[in-house]
Amino acid sequence: MALVCDGGRDRRLLIIPALFDEANRMRRFCVQLMRELDRHGIDSILPDLPGTHDSLEPLTRQTLATWTDAVASTAAQFSTERVVAIRAGAALLGAHRGWTYAPISGATALRQLLRARLVASREAGLGEAMEALTDEAHRSGIVLAGYELGPLMFAALATHEWVPPDNVRTIHQHELGGAGLWLRAEPGEDEEQASALALLIAREWAE
Amino acid sequence: MDQAPLSPDKMTAALGPSRAEIDAILRGVLRDVLGLADTQVADFDTDSGLFGHLPELDSMAVAGLLTETEDRLGIIIDDDDVDGEMLETYGAFLAFAEAKVIGA
Repeated sequence: MALVCDGGRDRRLLIIPALFDEANRMRRFCVQLMRELDRHGIDSILPDLPGTHDSLEPLTRQTLATWTDAVASTAAQFSTERVVAIRAGAALLGAHRGWTYAPISGATALRQLLRARLVASREAGLGEAMEALTDEAHRSGIVLAGYELGPLMFAALATHEWVPPDNVRTIHQHELGGAGLWLRAEPGEDEEQASALALLIAREWAE
Repeated sequence: MDQAPLSPDKMTAALGPSRAEIDAILRGVLRDVLGLADTQVADFDTDSGLFGHLPELDSMAVAGLLTETEDRLGIIIDDDDVDGEMLETYGAFLAFAEAKVIGA
């Protein structure tokens, strides 16, 4: 499944969403971005990664590799020429050309999720320790922020480092102004940021 | 061997951000995490309740807040140091961050 803004136009962009909890907080932003891209004459597709949103696939069987494949087949299905990957979505870029917006590594995304689990666990008086949690996760998977990650996904995230490839341009938060919406405790929206990102993509695509 | 005294510039760098700077940085993090205006976070005092008092500050938001604090202050927060108490009030959070900056 995917959100699609398809006018059959020449310029077609695949949006690789942020991962896990950040996907929720950036969802509204992605939809605003799609509207703004439309105003610049750019079609866009926002897929549900297997095991998330409307996908019927089990999340526990997914890894960064299955998600990268899913991104590649979505790109082929919708004939998108370029991609923009948001945050840890950059881990799924493959060989696509385009942009990354405030990319982070899978390891950084995982660290956040583990931290949240520790904070919640301490508040509940369970007193879980990081080492025991990661050992268990490597053996049999783990539920983090409501996401049931299999051991392969856990290992893939833990070892993923972000190295900017040559085929993409990194867009930094300061280029959009304001603070990144992934920081927000509650999902927020910011039309100006979405508009700035769309303008930047439209302008650089035309170059 | 005697060491040459640090120049004022180097001393500042060695000491890290001042108390006022740490305070400003933490307020900035809270502003961005809670989606507040500068004027609203300026009203936080040491007794202002955070974790357990602000409904939007759940465990996930706390994790984000800590990571962003690490990035902006250039410190590492040990996961074993993280508990609800260090974030219960703004004063506790500030004291924790100051101790980390001094220890860094």
